[in-house]
Amino acid sequence: MSSYLSIENVDKVYARGTNVTKVLDNVCLKVEKGQFVSIIGHSGCGKSTLLNIVAGLTKATSGGVLLEDREVNAPGPDRAVVFQNHSLLPWLSTYDNVRLAVDKVFGATSTRAKRHEWTMHNLELVQMIHAKDKKPGEISGGMKQRVGIARALAMQPKVLLLDEPFGALDALTRAHLQDQVMALQERLGNTVMMITHDVDEAVLLSDRIVMMTNGPQATIGEVLDVPLRRPRDRIALATDPVYLDCRQRVLQFLYERHRYVEAA
Amino acid sequence: MTMPVMKSDPMASFYDEEIEEAYRRRRPPLLIKYKANIQSFFASLMAPLVTLALLLLIWQLICIGPTSALPSPLRIWSEANDLILHPFYEAGSQDMGLGWRVLTSLKRVAVGFGLASVAGILLGAVVGQSQWATRGLDPIFQVLRTVPPLAWLPISLAAFRDSQPSAIFVIFITSIWPIIINTAVGIRNIPQDYRNVAAVLQLNQAEFFWKIMIPSAAPYIFTGLRIGVGLSWLAIVAAEMLTGGVGIGFFIWDAWNSSRLPDIFVALIYIGLTGFILDRVVAFIGNLATRGVHAN
Repeated sequence: MSSYLSIENVDKVYARGTNVTKVLDNVCLKVEKGQFVSIIGHSGCGKSTLLNIVAGLTKATSGGVLLEDREVNAPGPDRAVVFQNHSLLPWLSTYDNVRLAVDKVFGATSTRAKRHEWTMHNLELVQMIHAKDKKPGEISGGMKQRVGIARALAMQPKVLLLDEPFGALDALTRAHLQDQVMALQERLGNTVMMITHDVDEAVLLSDRIVMMTNGPQATIGEVLDVPLRRPRDRIALATDPVYLDCRQRVLQFLYERHRYVEAA
Repeated sequence: MTMPVMKSDPMASFYDEEIEEAYRRRRPPLLIKYKANIQSFFASLMAPLVTLALLLLIWQLICIGPTSALPSPLRIWSEANDLILHPFYEAGSQDMGLGWRVLTSLKRVAVGFGLASVAGILLGAVVGQSQWATRGLDPIFQVLRTVPPLAWLPISLAAFRDSQPSAIFVIFITSIWPIIINTAVGIRNIPQDYRNVAAVLQLNQAEFFWKIMIPSAAPYIFTGLRIGVGLSWLAIVAAEMLTGGVGIGFFIWDAWNSSRLPDIFVALIYIGLTGFILDRVVAFIGNLATRGVHAN
């Protein structure tokens, strides 16, 4: 059976001299089109490494990643990444940051006017039109992350990869941005893979939650389906028994069965 | 922020002129508006002027005797004030104002330093991008950069058999090292994040160079350029002393040979001021070009 995005038997070994560390051990995961999948685990469990392998920024030692049945092993705009620290180019305005991606992906196939329109459309999706001429240094962290999301969406990726996109934000901004991402995903039907270490965030946003065991030799411990109907509302969910049950099960996995052990 | 809203309001056009007029009437006269600026400008000018006056006074007192080896400021003024007052007169092939001579030297610096900037940034980019090139070339650069400018002159005279390209080569070879080394450091310090963005966008080599490398390394590159331009100016004066022709360096040598000491002092002031302006110009361009890079 083939699926949209398929991670097959991925191992990752870091070797430094005689010191060999196996970070990922036989990770297998299938993601269907339009699904929102979160990967959760304690820090150091290799979840970012896994995302980088899917993005093509890191090479798997063995195993591979298939996207629509074709192997991908180099980075490309079909797997756009929203980086944790936004990674906007500080010398370009927010418009130019998005435009750079648009020009690169659609430069050969689309007219200048169309590309401008598409850039503006994506800035509008994240409600950043008002700051289109500002430099990243002049806007807040939440705004930067929104522009980062606009840049990724503008590439029309097959898979959107979010690397702890809300990690560096304060709680209120984070909740606001989570709602925005949820609304966007509903509207556009993107396939999303998100790294997180926040249990509530994972349950709120995901269709499936992939829980990883502790590293080294981390692998997928358990996959939990979140059968909550969309659109989801964070206030209504706070007392929803299904939500609470999902939350409970992730917490149990993370804090009972695979408790974080400080490296001795 | 309110302007666009007013523009879209049909009623607003009625008021626009009135508001504009009222605003114009309220605006204070220029002199009052800039009074504070003018005051602080003169305040900051006071200290250097007083210091300068004191130094000139001490110099005058030391060199006041008729047997003094070096001329006093007053003697310099009385014997060489034409050089100060008329920088751009022209009366013959070797009889011209110091302004022209400085411009001739600056032209040489522009060519040599321009070539060194382009070559230095390109070489620095290569060296910074490749581990292997860094290991292989860095020691060579570190040794060559300590060679004094004039030591290159005989070699370049032998190679070019002409004084003009030799002088330019000396500028080039003197100023290129700090440009290469600083560019390479800047390129090595490009954050991995930007490299990841470039990888996801599949930027090619040329796009990566123009869109990521140059802007990201710009602060380092301009530090290199600033050191480089200073060294070029040091080198040109020395090189011109030996190669002859028109130029501020040769003027000093010529003045020494015909014992016109006051002229040399005036030339020194020209050289100092020009070097200072060069440094400030490169720094200014650097500030313009690197706006926002450190804003994060």
